[in-house]
Amino acid sequence: MSSNPNDTKYVAVPGPGMIPERDKDKRPVLEASHLGIDFGGLTAVDEFNIAIGATEIGGLIGPNGAGKTTVFNLLTKVYQPTRGVIMLDGKDTHGMNTTQANQAGIARTFQNIRLFDKLTVEENVKIGLHSSIGYHLPSAVLRLPRYWREEKKAHEKALELLDIFDMADMADVRSSSLPYGAQRRLEIVRALATGPKILLLDEPAAGMNPSETEELMNNIRKIRDTFNIAVLLIEHDMNLVMGICENIIVLNFGKIIAKGNPKTIQNDPKVIEAYLGSQDAE
Amino acid sequence: MLNYLISGISLGSVYAIIALGYTMVYGIAKMLNFAHGDIIMVGGYAAFCAGTYLGWPVPLAILFSMMICTILGIVIEKLAYKPLRNATSLAVLITAIGVSYLLQNLALLIWTSNPKAFPNMVNFIPSIVLGKNSDNPITISSATIVTIAASIIIMVALTLFTGKTKMGKAMRAVSEDKGAAQLMGINVNATISVTFAIGSGLAAIAGVLLCSAYPTLMPTTGSMPGIKAFTAAVLGGIGSIPGAMLGGILLGILEKFAQAYISTQLSDAIVFAALIVVLLVKPTGLLGKKMTEKV
Repeated sequence: MSSNPNDTKYVAVPGPGMIPERDKDKRPVLEASHLGIDFGGLTAVDEFNIAIGATEIGGLIGPNGAGKTTVFNLLTKVYQPTRGVIMLDGKDTHGMNTTQANQAGIARTFQNIRLFDKLTVEENVKIGLHSSIGYHLPSAVLRLPRYWREEKKAHEKALELLDIFDMADMADVRSSSLPYGAQRRLEIVRALATGPKILLLDEPAAGMNPSETEELMNNIRKIRDTFNIAVLLIEHDMNLVMGICENIIVLNFGKIIAKGNPKTIQNDPKVIEAYLGSQDAE
Repeated sequence: MLNYLISGISLGSVYAIIALGYTMVYGIAKMLNFAHGDIIMVGGYAAFCAGTYLGWPVPLAILFSMMICTILGIVIEKLAYKPLRNATSLAVLITAIGVSYLLQNLALLIWTSNPKAFPNMVNFIPSIVLGKNSDNPITISSATIVTIAASIIIMVALTLFTGKTKMGKAMRAVSEDKGAAQLMGINVNATISVTFAIGSGLAAIAGVLLCSAYPTLMPTTGSMPGIKAFTAAVLGGIGSIPGAMLGGILLGILEKFAQAYISTQLSDAIVFAALIVVLLVKPTGLLGKKMTEKV
């Protein structure tokens, strides 16, 4: 591998049998090849190769500190990769910042909820809608008809999105006063409002009880079916991961150690070793 | 008594308009723009040049001054502060002080240290005389009326802007969590530019109002009102728009009363002492909310 990724064009390396049958004839929404990042001398992620189908639900699992959130930060351009290429919906994301990556079609939620606490539920969703609201400063200052029309459209769109997740009645509540589960749902709605082609969920079931997790699984399927987009999630709840992910990528020490469908992953000796530790490591 | 109250509210309204600029920039960019006071001075000179040298009508001169300051604000942010977006706040603070001195000395070069007699630009409405037939009638000058009206209009407009427009909401989002806002497709740099533009445009208005009331225009004209307005912003709770307004007006009244009843020389000391007392009792300022740092 070349040491300077900028002048080398990599060919995507999709994992074998990774794209679901129904997405086979469509372009993968996300392809990462030879992706890696170093922090100082430490290699946090290396040789990360994936391809996510257009409507695939994928899982990214691994022990604590394996680099899962770092991968999310790379994919959303919070970190600029040291090596490798990320193709988002066929576009090379090299040189993009997080805002541009979001506009190119990737949105995410956060491990620790990062809603805008002082804004209401509806306003949080409108932040997600920001780039799709079509008016500029002059029409806002002068309150031209365009401003009213676009604000009305945004209001309707926000309520429509909230309604899908049964949150329309909470539109005027400040997001900080929502119950925990609703805050997690709102983060998802806000991310969806940006109109992504792939949604990244960072531990969406953290802190949820089994019935809430069940509801979340239904919601994730609903997202895929309603919006026709791909979902990639980081999760420690194996019931959720095995229950809804079509493909699973297992990360350990920054490297992919296994990928495949839930059944393959569950029986993979390397995965079992990564989670339980090998005999001689004890 | 009532006289002092009115002139205090008038002075306080100017402080409030300047404080709004401080507080907005602090709220969104999390930095103290110490050059803000000097933008007032530039605004004063711009209006002065347009009105006196070029003979432009007053509204045009004020618009010209706002335009110059808006552009200046954006340029300063782009050249001086944007490269320091991820630097320590101390580095940004020192830079802001540097920009402040730069502006003062540029003004010194261009307009020299000779004070200019600023024409009263806000005498387009008649002054009001209260209690005409009593022993001591109170005159409310047109400058006072315009200043108070302007500050109220500005505050209402800003509240509507931040609450009801997408740019305003983007500002509030950036103020809370830059990273998350960016990941939601918000252009943080553009949002910060808009903030500086608005703050500097307001500074121009403050410059015209200030110089109309105290018609001596010098390169250092903006410093003291700038520091007072900063005090007002902190007093009201920095980052809060109504707080800046309240802090400004309270400070103006306090200053005028201190001048009238205690001592002209000590009035500034009294104003700053008041700040210290308020901060001891309520460290976040009068209307400030407690901010918890997120990791």
